[in-house]
Amino acid sequence: MKRTPLYENHISLKAKMVDFAGWEMPLQYEGITSEVMSVRKAIGIFDVSHMGEIVIEGDDTVRFVDYLLTNSFGSLKIGQVMYTTMCNENGGIIDDLLAYRLGENRAMLVVNAANTDKDFRWIVERSSGFAVKITDVSMDYGLIAVQGPSSEEFLKRFSADITGLSYYTFGSYTIFGKFCIISRTGYTGEDGFEIYCKWKDTPFIWEELLVRGQAFDLKPAGLGARDVCRLEASYMLYGNDMDDHTTPLEVGLSWVVKFEKDFVGKESLLKQKEEGLKRRIRGLEILDKRIARHGMEVFREGQKIGTITSGTFSPTLGKSIALAMMDNQVKISDEVEVDIRGTKVKAKVVKLPFYRGSVKS
Amino acid sequence: MMKKYAKTHEWVQVEGKVATVGISNFAQDKLGDVVYVDLPQVGKVVKKGETLMSIESVKAASDVYAPVSGKVLQVNEKLNDQPELVNKDPEGEGWLVKIEMTNPNELNELLDEGAYKKHCEEEE
Repeated sequence: MKRTPLYENHISLKAKMVDFAGWEMPLQYEGITSEVMSVRKAIGIFDVSHMGEIVIEGDDTVRFVDYLLTNSFGSLKIGQVMYTTMCNENGGIIDDLLAYRLGENRAMLVVNAANTDKDFRWIVERSSGFAVKITDVSMDYGLIAVQGPSSEEFLKRFSADITGLSYYTFGSYTIFGKFCIISRTGYTGEDGFEIYCKWKDTPFIWEELLVRGQAFDLKPAGLGARDVCRLEASYMLYGNDMDDHTTPLEVGLSWVVKFEKDFVGKESLLKQKEEGLKRRIRGLEILDKRIARHGMEVFREGQKIGTITSGTFSPTLGKSIALAMMDNQVKISDEVEVDIRGTKVKAKVVKLPFYRGSVKS
Repeated sequence: MMKKYAKTHEWVQVEGKVATVGISNFAQDKLGDVVYVDLPQVGKVVKKGETLMSIESVKAASDVYAPVSGKVLQVNEKLNDQPELVNKDPEGEGWLVKIEMTNPNELNELLDEGAYKKHCEEEE
């Protein structure tokens, strides 16, 4: 199993470790609920060094990346980031990722750990005829996410000019004397930053953050809290809410699909758009404290109309919430039922996001 | 009062024919933050080893098995509003149900504290 540069740090914090996409990762330290509260009320720091980073460079970078991704990379200025999907010819999502415009002819794609190898192969296979060099640099960089309403107040003490970073931009900085890239991005619904640093510098930066963050009630947070936070904020999770057989339109990501340019999957997505969606992801509030989990069936008037893709108990809202891929006939405020281990539990279709935190927009 | 444990991580504490049942500290730690306790109906009849009820944590839903056979006499209503008691005090205030035993001999098949501790170490 692979280990991030922070493995020893997690062990000394007595984290519960789990296998996540072949990586030995911290599921939780003190407990998922209290870690979610740290992120919502103060600051949580997450080890996300398992994420994959793929660098694309060369004269055809912009043309090539725009061909790969559904969102418009060409419209990014250097120093800007975008969220996007990467699709196959059928419009199915290969991965969702962040694309960084590092330079005129230089891009960095930050991809899901479970998909790094698949993505890399896919990208290389499509690169013939383009003047690009593609490198998987995942094992060169550590990544720490600093998330929560006090993140800026805290980090600006050590990296003075991050205040100038607006949402979805990044820059080169030093923090605690180490070079890094800091971007104002995250996966929690709170304001926050992600620090890309050298693999070997990661433990030092992590420890400094923990020690200096005490005055800000900063706490380490694990994958469990990360999943709860992202679900409260209604961010989709690859492998749960979407996969190769779902399209960005079906999971509410039509805003990252730019039909005015060419990209892999465009024709299929255009066809789906014209014909209308048969199904789409919507939010459910479970009217009970039971948790609807991935794969459970959703019914309306006795008819099966969909499947739960993600569900959790939201400590922030004090409610059980879920995402479900359902027949597109199902509308906001409709009442449905979820089969939770044999019991039909009532649920209400609600508008997303479930929760809006301090995240900038 | 005698306290015994099942290999499936339930404990029982016996007073006469009544067994108070809960999950062990080891089990609550594995489960993580409990958010919902699906208590059985009072009067439910269970056989040793059968599913008695379930507990949901943020991570997963887990079945709780009846460590002894009998009839559910009482459930811990407090858990409806404070499911976190299962984490805070699993072997005290976080008890789950009281069962009127039909076959107290079954207690002999359960582990005492020392044997249970060993069993947990093997599972770690």
